[in-house]
Amino acid sequence: MNSTSVEAPLTETAERRVVTGTAGATPESKWVIVTRGIKREYDMGGEVVRALRGVDLAIARNEYVAIMGPSGSGKSTLMNIVGCLDTPNAGEYWLNGQLVSTMSDDALARVRNKEIGFVFQTFNLLPRATALHNVELPLVYAGVSSDVRRRRAKEALEKVQLENRMDHRPNELSGGQRQRVAIARALVNDPSMLLADEPTGNLDSQTSEEIMRVFESLADSGQTVVMVTHEPDIAQHARRVVVLRDGLISTDDTRDAFVARIGLGTQHA
Amino acid sequence: MSFFQAIRIALETIRVQKLKSFFTVIGVMIGVTFLIAVVSIVAGMSRYMKDDLIGKIIAVNSFSLRRTPDFQVGDVTQATRNEWRRRPRVYEADVHAVAAALPADVLWATESSENLNVESAYARPRSVQCSTVSPGWFDIKRMGAAQGRLISIQEYQLGTPVVVIGKDVADHFFPNLNPIGRELRIQSIPYTVIGVAEAQGSVFGQSLDKFLVAPDKSPLNRWVNPHSVVDAMIVQGPTDAGMRDAMESTRAVMRARRHLHPEQPDNFEMETSESALDFWNKIQSYLTIAGVALPTVGLVVGAIVIMNIMLVAVAERTREIGIRKALGARRRDILNQFLVESATLSTLGAAVGVALGIGFAKLIAALSPLPAAVAVWSIFVGVGIGAGVGMIAGIYPASRAALLDPIAAMRQET
Repeated sequence: MNSTSVEAPLTETAERRVVTGTAGATPESKWVIVTRGIKREYDMGGEVVRALRGVDLAIARNEYVAIMGPSGSGKSTLMNIVGCLDTPNAGEYWLNGQLVSTMSDDALARVRNKEIGFVFQTFNLLPRATALHNVELPLVYAGVSSDVRRRRAKEALEKVQLENRMDHRPNELSGGQRQRVAIARALVNDPSMLLADEPTGNLDSQTSEEIMRVFESLADSGQTVVMVTHEPDIAQHARRVVVLRDGLISTDDTRDAFVARIGLGTQHA
Repeated sequence: MSFFQAIRIALETIRVQKLKSFFTVIGVMIGVTFLIAVVSIVAGMSRYMKDDLIGKIIAVNSFSLRRTPDFQVGDVTQATRNEWRRRPRVYEADVHAVAAALPADVLWATESSENLNVESAYARPRSVQCSTVSPGWFDIKRMGAAQGRLISIQEYQLGTPVVVIGKDVADHFFPNLNPIGRELRIQSIPYTVIGVAEAQGSVFGQSLDKFLVAPDKSPLNRWVNPHSVVDAMIVQGPTDAGMRDAMESTRAVMRARRHLHPEQPDNFEMETSESALDFWNKIQSYLTIAGVALPTVGLVVGAIVIMNIMLVAVAERTREIGIRKALGARRRDILNQFLVESATLSTLGAAVGVALGIGFAKLIAALSPLPAAVAVWSIFVGVGIGAGVGMIAGIYPASRAALLDPIAAMRQET
């Protein structure tokens, strides 16, 4: 196997361990995400909940990865840390070559703005703002001037085929359209990674397929996509599936291996 | 995020919540309304006092030499009253001695007044303030005749029974008639009207045209003052400095005539427009304190209301704050957003308050004798106070918003 191939971590868990285990070395530029021994504990009224117990994960540029796991497996905690909304208690997290696990709140806000495009289960659009204004929002905090903002927001909405819905407010849009607005918002600042949290959780199966096709084409065009989901049907759209269990990575497979193991989603392991 | 962006967000939020925004700022609005109204009325009265009243009652660059003050500042003690009562009166001999010491460019005249009974053939008798004056009085007062003429030098010398009357006196005693040449009986002494003075206007609703003026040697004088006594000698310098020099020479002459030792105080009064202004300034300071203190209470209440509403707004928009933070808003972006929103809201309220306050002041001016002058500075102060109150009231809610954890904030159901 060619070690420079972006497919490397997908097929070779050994190589993934080599990369993530290279202590002290600055992660190479091909890696968007490198985590080393990430731990996260919560104090829930005196009882310590160990949500993550040492996660090593590396995701390269242009990968399309699903993170799966049952509830309580720590996937939401991992998603929050990967999304720079939270910081680990222990371990390192390198995002696009920057060590973000020790950054201050405001520095994290900057990283979220520049490096990450969020897509949420509940869309999280501002209800009183138009689609265009919602898409402009990350650019507002990036300090982009208003005419450039407008132009780039329009371009992003065109990418998700919503150019004729720009002046609509979220309550005037269907669920699928709302999620496409959210995708346009996630993409508008050219992030290093698209981070989706249960992106189809609030959508019917047909609309879910539609959103998955958008993700597919984004991944085809070279966008790094990380998707957190508990639905195997959705996870199998990704090209690599990482399964979390009890705060640790239990399996890390290619799509084909994942599908083969769970039996095409018809029977549950 | 730029400042203008923050203002745009704030205006947008206010636009979609008009009624709530209105109630939020009502306290600030009322506070500023009263502040502006009171300041405008006090400023109007002040301008009126300085420009009109003082100019009309006390002529420019002039002082009057008299036994006791005409305008009294504050409470006068019994001891002071007793001292005033012991003072000698001002005699014509004093006036002549003072006049002899004055330079040629200084004008002077005597004036003695009393309310006397006046009758005409055309109206009910009435009490009118009657003054007997010496030549030069009309010059010092800068008063001309609207009808007829003023008193001639011969009439002064001969003590001819002629009067120049104020407009209100003319209107009362000679309704729809030309008063010139007609007879007025003052304390039953027949006088001929030779002129009507130019209208002097009014002060706080009190007309300044209820007077009549006769020569000091005319028969009326015995009703006004004892023989050879005058109420006041009015002295007018060409300039303020000229007036001060004249005051010094007057003081020297008077002290010499009264045989006062250097350690004894003056036993006469020299009253300038400043003495009258002292009286006014004292009233004005009370009015200003009340006018500022009462709206301040309103503003404090207004600030508390704004703070509460902003806390509610932060709670209501927790999810929005979470979304904004997730998309890259830093703490200070959120802080600024809520501070600017609070300040914008409050400033708009204050601006409405300024407009209402001006309207209120104009209304009072129109419906009552109180004048109003809108001080330009008060508009800026009013709006500035609005912005300041909004900022201060917004600090606590805005910092609460800025410190929200984005994960928890986005999880909140709204």
